[in-house]
Amino acid sequence: MSDAIPEFSKSKSGDGQEVSLTNLSAFASGPGIKSGKEVAAIIAVAVVIIGGIELALRLFHVPLYIMPPPSSIAYALFDEFPLIAPHLGYTLVELVSGFAIGAVVGLVLAAVITQFPFAEKIVAPYILLLVTTPMLALVPLLILRFGFGYTPRIIAVALAAGPMVMINAATGFRRVDSAKIALARSYGASTLQIFWKIRAPMALPMILVGLMIGAIFGLLTAVGAEMVGGGFGLGNRLTTYSSMIQMPQFFAVVLILSTLGILIYVLFFLIGKKWASWEA
Amino acid sequence: MNAGETTTPKLGVQAATKIYHTASGDLLALDRCSLDVRANEIVSIVGPSGCGKTTLLWSMSGLHGLTSGEIRLDGARITGPHPDIGIVFQEANLLPWRNLDANIRFPFEIKGEKPDRAWIAHLLNRVGLDGFGGKFPRELSGGMQQRAAIVRALALKPSVLLMDEPFGALDSFTREEMNRLVEEIWLDTKTTIVFITHSIEEAIFLSDRVVVLSARPGKVAREYRVPFARPRSLEIMATKEVFDLTNRIKMDIVGERARPKAPEQERASAEIVRIRP
Repeated sequence: MSDAIPEFSKSKSGDGQEVSLTNLSAFASGPGIKSGKEVAAIIAVAVVIIGGIELALRLFHVPLYIMPPPSSIAYALFDEFPLIAPHLGYTLVELVSGFAIGAVVGLVLAAVITQFPFAEKIVAPYILLLVTTPMLALVPLLILRFGFGYTPRIIAVALAAGPMVMINAATGFRRVDSAKIALARSYGASTLQIFWKIRAPMALPMILVGLMIGAIFGLLTAVGAEMVGGGFGLGNRLTTYSSMIQMPQFFAVVLILSTLGILIYVLFFLIGKKWASWEA
Repeated sequence: MNAGETTTPKLGVQAATKIYHTASGDLLALDRCSLDVRANEIVSIVGPSGCGKTTLLWSMSGLHGLTSGEIRLDGARITGPHPDIGIVFQEANLLPWRNLDANIRFPFEIKGEKPDRAWIAHLLNRVGLDGFGGKFPRELSGGMQQRAAIVRALALKPSVLLMDEPFGALDSFTREEMNRLVEEIWLDTKTTIVFITHSIEEAIFLSDRVVVLSARPGKVAREYRVPFARPRSLEIMATKEVFDLTNRIKMDIVGERARPKAPEQERASAEIVRIRP
């Protein structure tokens, strides 16, 4: 008999605290609804900061190529957007397809590997290597092999996102609650049913954290890869604008990238709030 | 009930022995433990911590195999989880990502059966959880969570209900309330109940028989019959009979630990003690 001694976790979902930075319990509370007064204060502070920067840059005659004032960045964003938009599209194609491949592979590997603790111990160092190696370093090699098209970038994004998804999802799948599995087994659940009805939902909060980190790493890698080579994408725009010392346009692209990053965060925040708020 | 029925116990435990193989060596949790539970009976199992109560219950449910010995349900040997056996776990054990309705639907999903809506509605009404179906476990009090767990266990109409220290985490008032609820449900369904608890009062209030397990390795040390008629009121808990019975059971359990100074006469009465009504 290989039965384990029945044990019951005394603390409620204490496992959630493993990754404090990305603890999904943050999803449950969220920024919350703000009152009109608070909104007014937030806008006032933003106006003061942006206006202050604008004023300071103009007052001290800071050259445009060092730091353009916010107004000229806003104008460039508005004016150049039709030219930048296609590049945003290219970057999104790389990000979405690379992330999709990396996420699916990462999730499947995490689900499979956690079923075999022995195998997991053997492959753990390699996974750590994949997580810690900046995949950008491989981009020149990938370009050499696959040319300047989408392929090397999508591979780089997948390589950056996949391990992040995998390592977090694996943490989720490892959270076994023997009492909940016993509950399912007492009704005659199969291994597959236990996976889909107990293990997967228990892992979901950590999976979402992995997907969010993976997507943000993917964006980072996509832009980096575009800066290394190839004539399109937002990263390519950054190198082009800076080489032409078009700083307002350069910062307009940076602004678009920050917005993209925030949108990724908000997207997973909302998914987490909807599907994983039970964690908190 | 005729004579033929009484010869086969509802749940028969025969010389159940269980050894856990752990990293720090083998652990004998149950040692030739034998116990019969008759149909429609409520039997409580008490004993010192770590004496194998939960192991015995998990073995009865078919979640654990035995190293040797056997457990029979209606005469048929239990080899795995059985549809006729429902379990109520410690700390409710609801799935936190499902609301109450979905939690109660869970057993039916696993079995691929259609939930018996009328029966579930009746049970929910019985335990006072009407209108809470959309709530998530974290939104419910401990007592409400455990009521939901009881509904979940009874939804499949098991003929045996195994309860593993179900109210251990509740405050004493809620616990008394839950005990009365279990009795009400029993009067309603006559389900055979095996109840594990740390609370001797709870065991006496609920049971027809209280079985005392010895310290590890667990085996049946003594057995007490509780003679009070049902429905029982909380007043019986203040009677001298209950007081005496509580103390005897307490001495059995405590005596297990402080064995050296046990007087001669107490050791002589180590057989089954029965109190006549």
